[in-house]
Amino acid sequence: MNDPINVLTLFLFNIVLINIPLLYGTVGEIVVEKSGSLDLGVEGTMAVGAMFGYLAGCAANSLAVGLLVSFLTAGLCGLLFAVLTVSFQANQNVTGLTITTFGLGLYFFVGKGLGERWPAMTGSAALVNGFSAFELPLLSKVPVAGKVFFSQNILVYLGIAIAVLVWWYLNHTKTGLRLRAVGENPGAADSVGVNILLYKYVHLIAGSGIMGLGGFYMALNMSGSFEGSNCWINGYGWIAIALVIFANWNPVLAILGTLVFGFFNTLQIYSGALAGAFPGGLGWLNAVPAQLFKALPFIITAIVLIASSVRKREGSGQPAALGLNYFREER
Amino acid sequence: MKKILALALAAAMSLSLAACGGSGNPDGSSANNPGSAGKPNTDVSTPVDSKSDFKVGAVYITSQNDTAGYTFQHHSGITAAMKALGLDPADLIVVDNVPDNDDTAVATAIDTVVNQGADIVFGISFGYINAMAEKAETYPDVIFSHGTGYMANDTNFNNYFGRIYQARYLAGIAAGMKSAELGNNSIGYVAAYNRQYAETCSGINAFALGAQSANPDAVVHVNVIDTWGDEAKEKQAAQALIDAYNCCVISQHCDSAQPQLVAAQNNVFGCGYNSDMTEQAPGAHMTSAIWHWNVYYQTAIQAAMDCNGDASKFVEKMGGNAYYAGLAEGFVDASPLNESVAAPNTKAVMDAVRNLIISGEWDVFSGVKLSYNISDDGKVEIIKTDAPLMSDGYELKDGKVVEMANPEIVPAGGPSVDDGVIKGSMNYNVAGVIEG
Repeated sequence: MNDPINVLTLFLFNIVLINIPLLYGTVGEIVVEKSGSLDLGVEGTMAVGAMFGYLAGCAANSLAVGLLVSFLTAGLCGLLFAVLTVSFQANQNVTGLTITTFGLGLYFFVGKGLGERWPAMTGSAALVNGFSAFELPLLSKVPVAGKVFFSQNILVYLGIAIAVLVWWYLNHTKTGLRLRAVGENPGAADSVGVNILLYKYVHLIAGSGIMGLGGFYMALNMSGSFEGSNCWINGYGWIAIALVIFANWNPVLAILGTLVFGFFNTLQIYSGALAGAFPGGLGWLNAVPAQLFKALPFIITAIVLIASSVRKREGSGQPAALGLNYFREER
Repeated sequence: MKKILALALAAAMSLSLAACGGSGNPDGSSANNPGSAGKPNTDVSTPVDSKSDFKVGAVYITSQNDTAGYTFQHHSGITAAMKALGLDPADLIVVDNVPDNDDTAVATAIDTVVNQGADIVFGISFGYINAMAEKAETYPDVIFSHGTGYMANDTNFNNYFGRIYQARYLAGIAAGMKSAELGNNSIGYVAAYNRQYAETCSGINAFALGAQSANPDAVVHVNVIDTWGDEAKEKQAAQALIDAYNCCVISQHCDSAQPQLVAAQNNVFGCGYNSDMTEQAPGAHMTSAIWHWNVYYQTAIQAAMDCNGDASKFVEKMGGNAYYAGLAEGFVDASPLNESVAAPNTKAVMDAVRNLIISGEWDVFSGVKLSYNISDDGKVEIIKTDAPLMSDGYELKDGKVVEMANPEIVPAGGPSVDDGVIKGSMNYNVAGVIEG
C-alpha cells in the first residue's frame, strides 16, 4: 500500500483528469440551450468530434489540428441540428436523438472502416506530448492541490478557461445578453432587432464545437485505442445534459458540477484503494455495493431537479423558451 | 412560408428515400426479400455438393463487423471453422446486436436464423440460455449450441465452454516471475466481476495460483468494475491499482486493451485477455489468456454435419451435452510470450507447465502446488509439493460475503475440485487474493 495521502492525492487527480470531458460537454450544451435549443445529441456530437479530431490530429501529428478539426466536425453536427430545427422547425428532441444515433453510427462506421489502418496514438508524438502533464510553475509545487489541479494536461486548463470565458460572455457582454434574450423570449428579442436565426445558428455550431473538444479529449484519454464494441464517449454526453441542470445553466457552476459528478464516478473504482489507505475512516467504503456508486450521480441529479422545481422560476437559469421552436409568423 | 417549408421537406425526404433505395440495391434485384439476406448463393443452376447444403447460424451480442472483443473472437472462430470444413463463411446466417437480457429478442433472433434454414445455431452470450433451451424444444430438427451456459438436453442442445483458467495459470506464471524479478509482490487484476460469477472467480484464482507458483509472496489485488465492458472504467481501475498498491503487473478479465495501455504508460507490465495485446502495448504486455474458439466450432459443426439431418443425434456425436475443453485440446492457451519484456526463463517454465497440464497429470485447483527449479542452462524442473488449496476464508452466499466454515478447499495432495465448481459455483478467492 502506498502512502495514504499519496493515494488520496492520486484519487483527486484522477477525478479531474478523467471527468473534464463532462465539462466540455456541459459548457457546450449550456451555450446551445441558452439560445433556446434543447440539443439531446451531445453524445453523438462528441463522438463525431472525437473520431475526426483524433484522426486529423494523428495525420497532422498536431494537437492544434486535432482540436480544430474536432471543433469543426462537431460544429457540423450543430449546423445539421440548426438546419433541421431552426430552419425546418423539426422537433428538437427527436432531432437531438437522431444526431446521437447518427454520430455514434458515423463513429463506428469510420473506425471499423479503417480496420488495420487505424492510427495508433503512440505514432503521433505531438498528441502524446500534448496530453501529458503540463506542470504550471510554482502552483504545481503546492502540496496535494498542486498535483490535483496544476499538474494536469493542457486540455484540462483549456476546458476550465472555456467555462470561465463562456460565463463571462453570457453575463458581461452585449451579445451574451442578447443570446439570453433569444433563449428567454425570442419574440421580444426579435422585435428589438436581434437576428434570431443568426444567433441560434452561431451558438448551436459553437456549442456543439465545444462538445466536440470534449470528445477529442476522451479520444486522447483512451489513448486513441479503437476496439469497435464500445464508444469512447460511453454515456458522458448524457451525463453532460444532466449536468447542465445540476449547474443551473451556469458555466462556472458546471466546473463544480463536473467535480461532484466526477467524484462519484471515480469513487466506485477507487473505493477499494481508499478503504485500504484509510481503514479507520473509509473502511466502510468496501461494504458499499458498486451499483450504488453507479447510481449516485443520477440520484443527486434527481434531487437537484426536485430542488430546482421547488424553487420554481426564481433563480433558475433555465431559458424560458428552451425546447420551443421559434416561428416568426406565429409570433 | 409554412407551405414552402413543407414542400421543401417533402421534396428532401422523397429524394433521400430514392437515394437510399438506389444505393441499397445496386443490382436492382431481390429488393424486399428478407429471405435473401445472408444467403447470396441461391442460384439453383450452380451445382452444390451436400456439404455446402449445411447451414450454420449464429446469434451475436454485438456485431460481426467488430474488429476486437467477444463477438469478434467468436465470429472469427466460426468462420475459420467453416473454411476448414469446406463451407463458405459468406453463407453464415447471423443476427447481430441481440441483447442478452431480453428473452423475446433472443427468441426472435433464433426464429430468424432458423427460418433462413440454419441447421445449427450458435448462441454466444450467457443470457441467451432460456431462449435457447426453449427453442431447442420448438425446433427439434435444428441443433442448438450455447456458449458459456449450463443448460442442455440429450438430443439437439448442448453448451460449450473452456478451461480458460488453465491459460490464466500460465499467464500468472509470467506475472509471478516478473514480480519476483522486480522484487515487488503487488500484482493487479482488473476484473469485470469477482465472486459473482464462477468464470471470473476461477480466473482470478488460477491467475493468483500461477503467480504464487513463481513467487510465493505474490499478492493479487483485484479491482472489480462491475461491468463486462467499459473502456473508461477499465482504464481507471488499472490506474487505481497502480496508484494504490504500486502494482508491477496488471492482469485483466475485461475486453479492451485499456489496462495494458495503462500499464505501458506507467512503465509496469501486464497480462491481457481474449487477444494477444502485445501489439497495443509492446513495451508492457507479456502474454494473454486466449481462446481458440475455432477448435470448438470445427468440432461442433463437423459433428452436426455427421448427423446427416437427424439433429437429435448431435449430443451423442459430441460425446456429451457439455463441451469443456482446455489446453490439451488447444481450445485455450497463453498467447506467445513477449520475451523482450518477460523475466528470463519465463517461456521455459510456461512450456513445462503447459506440457504438465496437457499430460493430464496435474490440474490447477488441486492439493498439489508447483514450484520451479531453473538450472543455469535454462532447464526447468517442476517441483510438486502437497499442500492444501486454501481460500481466503470468505465466500459469497445469497449476495453477501460471509466467512467460510472451512477455508480448506482441497486437502494436501487431494484431487482437483470438480469441473462443476469451476464452471458454475466457485464463489471464493484463494489465499493471496485481495479485493479492493
